[in-house]
Amino acid sequence: MARAIITQMISKDPELKLAKEFSNAIPAIKFLNQDTEGADLIFLDIHMPDFTGFDFIQTIRNPPAVVLITSDKNFATDAFEYDCIVDYIVKPITEDRFLKAVRKAKAHRILESAGYATSVAAAPTAAAPIVQDIPEYKPKDTATEFYVNIDRRLIKIEISSVNVVEAKGDYIHIKTEQKNYIVHSTLKKIEEKLPETLFLKVHRTYIINTKKIIDIEDNSVLIGKDVIPVSRANRPELIKRLNML
Amino acid sequence: MEEPNLNYINELAGDDNDFRATLIGVIKNELPTEINEYQDNLAAQNFNAAADNVHKLKHKISVMGMEQSYYLAEKFENNLKSSSTLLQAEFGQLLMAMQGFAASL
Repeated sequence: MARAIITQMISKDPELKLAKEFSNAIPAIKFLNQDTEGADLIFLDIHMPDFTGFDFIQTIRNPPAVVLITSDKNFATDAFEYDCIVDYIVKPITEDRFLKAVRKAKAHRILESAGYATSVAAAPTAAAPIVQDIPEYKPKDTATEFYVNIDRRLIKIEISSVNVVEAKGDYIHIKTEQKNYIVHSTLKKIEEKLPETLFLKVHRTYIINTKKIIDIEDNSVLIGKDVIPVSRANRPELIKRLNML
Repeated sequence: MEEPNLNYINELAGDDNDFRATLIGVIKNELPTEINEYQDNLAAQNFNAAADNVHKLKHKISVMGMEQSYYLAEKFENNLKSSSTLLQAEFGQLLMAMQGFAASL
């Protein structure tokens, strides 16, 4: 049923082409691991007999963007562990929700091609419509936010509002213009979510938004009220980024 | 008990009568099989397999526009995973209503 609905929705978008649909995970895995044309997006059910969508993702070699389709709301936090999962739709699927997921997949594709996102080894279900030929989009269409998991809530943070990210043990401290967040993650993981044109790792434990620098003095930068250390190794790259007079 | 309806299917299909017929065909075709599998597994006390059947039936429940019944099915699915058949009677009534509705389409 879900496959019939998704297939219909794909057929209404001229920018999408249905590469193949599967009622079983195994031939889908073979297709994705062998097919030379590949696929840009997979609609994947989490719940399959003897196989989960997450198992599926971990079995395919280079997972493209994945939109999870499920009756379970409980897997949302697990889904965000996988960089290739761009959206999570709870059944029944509506057209608006489908279109939103496709928009996210297109944005993901641009970020990935620009090196801002990585495909994570980590997906589908009994039904996996696979889509090819998502067109390249202009940067203005790309996502401008990311989500963090805090106390089982997924909180949206606007990328442009982030001033500094600081690593603190097993956590990162995300400082934005309005609020600060403590998130169980690593500097490396958040670095993969932030555009390189804006953000720079200036120290082993700090990533800064270079647009938010107020001044630079020797081996530190002032951002908001925070003085951030700059390591000797990272200083040349920081200086290179500045629009010096 | 909530009445099954075609609100979701009608909204999804719009003016596309072929698509509407496809979706109704899927319901008429799949529902009896899924219910039989569920009943067989329940009779054999294969609770995890029965929970999987209920999970699959949940989508049909939502497609038939029964929000409250969806939550009933969700609870029953969890009960089955714990080898409990609590809510079995209520879920059975729901399946009968769905079967009757599907047969009338």
